Amino acid sequence: MLVSFVRSKLEKLSVSTPATTELRKTALNSVHRGLGAKMVNFSGWDMPVEYSGIIAEHTAVRTRAGLFDVSHMGELEVRGTEALALVQRVTCNNAAKLVVGQAQYSGLMTSRGTFVDDLLVHKVSDRHYLLCVNAGNQDADFEHIIANNRFDATAENTGPRYSQLAMQGPRAKDILQQLTKVPLDPIRYYYFAFGEVDGAECLIARTGYTGEDGFEIYFDPEYSEKLWNSIMQAGESAGLIPCGLGARNTLRLEAGMCLYGHEIDDTTTPWEAGLGWICKLDKGPFLGSDQLARQKQSGVKRRLVGFEMLDKRIGRDGYSVLVAGQEVGLVTSGCPSPFLKKNIGMAYVPPVSAADGTEVGISIRGQSAPARVIPLPFYKRPH
Amino acid sequence: MYPSEYRYTKEHEWIKLDGPVGTIGITDYAQAELGDVVFVELPKVGTQIKAGQSFGTVESVKAVSEIFSPVTGEVTETNASLADAPEKINKDPHGAAWLVKMRLTDTKEISGLMDAASYQAYIAEKAKEHSA
Repeated sequence: MLVSFVRSKLEKLSVSTPATTELRKTALNSVHRGLGAKMVNFSGWDMPVEYSGIIAEHTAVRTRAGLFDVSHMGELEVRGTEALALVQRVTCNNAAKLVVGQAQYSGLMTSRGTFVDDLLVHKVSDRHYLLCVNAGNQDADFEHIIANNRFDATAENTGPRYSQLAMQGPRAKDILQQLTKVPLDPIRYYYFAFGEVDGAECLIARTGYTGEDGFEIYFDPEYSEKLWNSIMQAGESAGLIPCGLGARNTLRLEAGMCLYGHEIDDTTTPWEAGLGWICKLDKGPFLGSDQLARQKQSGVKRRLVGFEMLDKRIGRDGYSVLVAGQEVGLVTSGCPSPFLKKNIGMAYVPPVSAADGTEVGISIRGQSAPARVIPLPFYKRPH
Repeated sequence: MYPSEYRYTKEHEWIKLDGPVGTIGITDYAQAELGDVVFVELPKVGTQIKAGQSFGTVESVKAVSEIFSPVTGEVTETNASLADAPEKINKDPHGAAWLVKMRLTDTKEISGLMDAASYQAYIAEKAKEHSA
């Protein structure tokens, strides 16, 4: 069946849930449906995958601005005298380096040194950290933190308290500035501030999952429609359009960013995934740090690389990587790159095949399509 | 929207008969479901195909979709313009973005396919299912 094949691919990102009526919905669900968005089950949430088309939305973010409802993401808050100690115990990056108002990308770790999730850690105060985690993992992440809490600290799952919008693109800052008295220029990349946006109290973070400049704002769900409409109106003349999960995926892939369940999961370590830069063994012991120290010594058996296809065929998630006709690895994410106008992807390969320029084959429906290992990220913003 | 002289399959292909030769494509409903088409893989001229058999793929940014032949026959022509402009399938799925032409083994096979009215009723039902 042509169309159900399509639908099952579109839903491939999701955990299977029994019926549409049991999907979780963000506060903006009726807005997306009202805009005619194509909806999809993403990790148990009824989410927009595209409005005007993935390519149009992707291009808008790279050249103007796009607005994403990312309210499905989870928030976990750690508070207390030993809040930092708890965060340090369960994550691989060094949260002690954060100043108030600063955020860092990090990994929530198993005792084996593999990923429970990837996340952003925001230092709200010496006794308060806000963790933004993936939609599909929020409950497991919460349980994991609780299970490892031997500290004078509390952890709370505060997901229902926040809606979250991400506005990304070169024009995002100017659009958002129309709606807030908080000066946005001084908020540097991976820093945040609190303030009012169009009358709603927000955490305003200069973070994002697209490789562009932009902001992610967190606020009480009661302001969701008002803020969405104000932002869309303020951005109209600048060419702001709504963007869905389809473009979110193509954008992050171009930017070489990992997606949990693809490049990282509970079988991968930061060394394998090219995330050594967030893995700070020198901060002191944390969950899995022993294993990670060992693997650092002995070396990894597989490495995440970027690749480009050499003809028009598309190497997609789950396809095998071939070297000399032998299957040596798997594509973790792959798709057409709307901005770079070529087909790209990331894959795990043995270290011996990981050098830039290595020619590999991607197995597509029984045929080997030529590809080449190239450096990550595929795209870096010019400004 | 759905030409009355075409016939349609449950898998959202259309076929237009001209004597023993059929022109085949995918419907507007199919291209809308797919989203931006980025790549098309078509069979070689001369390939023998049975009705219901997969003969190629249409790929969007997110998905790979097989195309199933509405009829039994031999591929006589493929639409070469789609190699450099696959997005034509989104723009003109019933016209310029035809996929293949086939010489039918038995033109009477067409009678088993849906006419335009039946197909429209069929996709109306599908749309209701999907917009829960």
